[in-house]
Amino acid sequence: MAREDKIVGTSEDLPRTSWERVNDKVHVWPYLTRLEFMCAIIVTIMLTAWSILVDAPLEEPANPSATPNPSKAPWYFLGLQEMLVYFDPWMAGVVLPTFIIIGLMAIPFIDVNPKGNGYYTFGERRFAILTFQFGFLVLWVWLVIQGTFLRGPGWNFFMPWEEWDPHKVVALTNVDLPYLLGFRGYWAQAAVGAACILAWYAAIPAWYVWKRKALVNVGVVRFAIKSFLFVTMMGLVAKMVLRIFLNVKYILVTPWLNI
Amino acid sequence: MPSLKERFSLEQMKRNILDSQVWRSMFRHGYEDTPRNRVLMVVDNLWLHLHPTKIRRHAIRIRFTWCMGGITFLLFLYLTVTGVILMFYYRPVGEYAYADMKYLEFDAPFGMFMRNMHRWAAHAMVIAVWLHMMRVFMTGSYKPPREFNWVIGVMLLTLTLLLSFTGYLLPWDQLSIWAVTVGTNMARATPLLGHEGPFAEMVGVTPRFDARSALLGGTIVGPPTLLRFYVLHCIVIPLIASVLMMVHFWRIRKDGGISGPL
Repeated sequence: MAREDKIVGTSEDLPRTSWERVNDKVHVWPYLTRLEFMCAIIVTIMLTAWSILVDAPLEEPANPSATPNPSKAPWYFLGLQEMLVYFDPWMAGVVLPTFIIIGLMAIPFIDVNPKGNGYYTFGERRFAILTFQFGFLVLWVWLVIQGTFLRGPGWNFFMPWEEWDPHKVVALTNVDLPYLLGFRGYWAQAAVGAACILAWYAAIPAWYVWKRKALVNVGVVRFAIKSFLFVTMMGLVAKMVLRIFLNVKYILVTPWLNI
Repeated sequence: MPSLKERFSLEQMKRNILDSQVWRSMFRHGYEDTPRNRVLMVVDNLWLHLHPTKIRRHAIRIRFTWCMGGITFLLFLYLTVTGVILMFYYRPVGEYAYADMKYLEFDAPFGMFMRNMHRWAAHAMVIAVWLHMMRVFMTGSYKPPREFNWVIGVMLLTLTLLLSFTGYLLPWDQLSIWAVTVGTNMARATPLLGHEGPFAEMVGVTPRFDARSALLGGTIVGPPTLLRFYVLHCIVIPLIASVLMMVHFWRIRKDGGISGPL
């Protein structure tokens, strides 16, 4: 068929996208604008009532020489403050937050699953949803709740029915993981610690590659970034478990940095 | 010839206003419920023209959108208005800041109400941004072609947290300086750039000149920090956030409107 035929053909001949086939559109005015208006009114009423009923806190004037116990960051950063229990400040306060932001930005580029675009589904993207919600609901929202309500003086853990006793004594019997595993001597411990971390970063991606699914769909670079971010997030969990149940402080101790 | 009563009736006066040149110059059309007018209502209105004239049916379901992006923007507007009002009464100076808070609380008309509204809207905005992110994730709306808008959204999320954090210091009470002290203490451990961070000795940073002191304008959270955070809170971050919001909204349209099943 000549090319011109296509151009002068009727609209019936033109390829139709599925979007046009559905033809379920409604006017923005009034169907969307009235919703937005209602939404704005409800939010306004709630905000006004909240502002009338509850006063914003104002404590004593700033005093750099009187440190309150506990000293807490703003509530939305309490997840980061919680990470300080498990990592040194350079890791918990700088490196991991940077990874969180970069990791969130990377999501569209490492999730290559074309399904579940524009509708709710769990079955079609199980791994993506479980990973995101674990990071968001557990490692972010839950740690904020825990930091707000369950962390008291000295950043010690208190159950809701316990009084926040500033003199609570918690025995610090922390050891480093290589010591726990029976290795003595500075360099032996450093070598074992480094081996543990390398193994952690190698084992999970290796297991995944061995299942022979990932690389075919994703490509090497994507897979490397994806697994690095995932394994780092799970590394936080591993460190939390080691700390809470085995009193492990560091995995790797070097003169320059501790992990 | 209409009677005097007819000429000065409410109905006639309304018609006179609506038909006047002044009124017509501002509002081009009324509320007639015709398809043409429904379209004009959107395209002829600067504030509404961000919307398309027609939208897919699923996209106006609250169950789909949770309305959280719009609520976030609404709260940002509330924060701008109440924030500007608070700026009339507040001086970001070590000696005055706390006294101005007391003045707002006890003396300024509606001062406490404005401060409450500003603080609670800020908290609500953080929560709304989180829920918006969660909704966008759950509907897979970051997938092609909307990848970059998700990236901008993450930037806006970060800026929202920074806005809230810089504002946290301004009451200049115990709660604020210690929260900001805890928050900014991390910066001293920045690798290379913080004086207690790994490899800092290679760069040669000192407590007075490192990542943290650049943020605080000194070695402790003091009056220079207050001024710095005030400028960041009222000017720098809102400006950057506004620009990114423009891009964010514009891209929704350019990336094919709100996401939906194909």
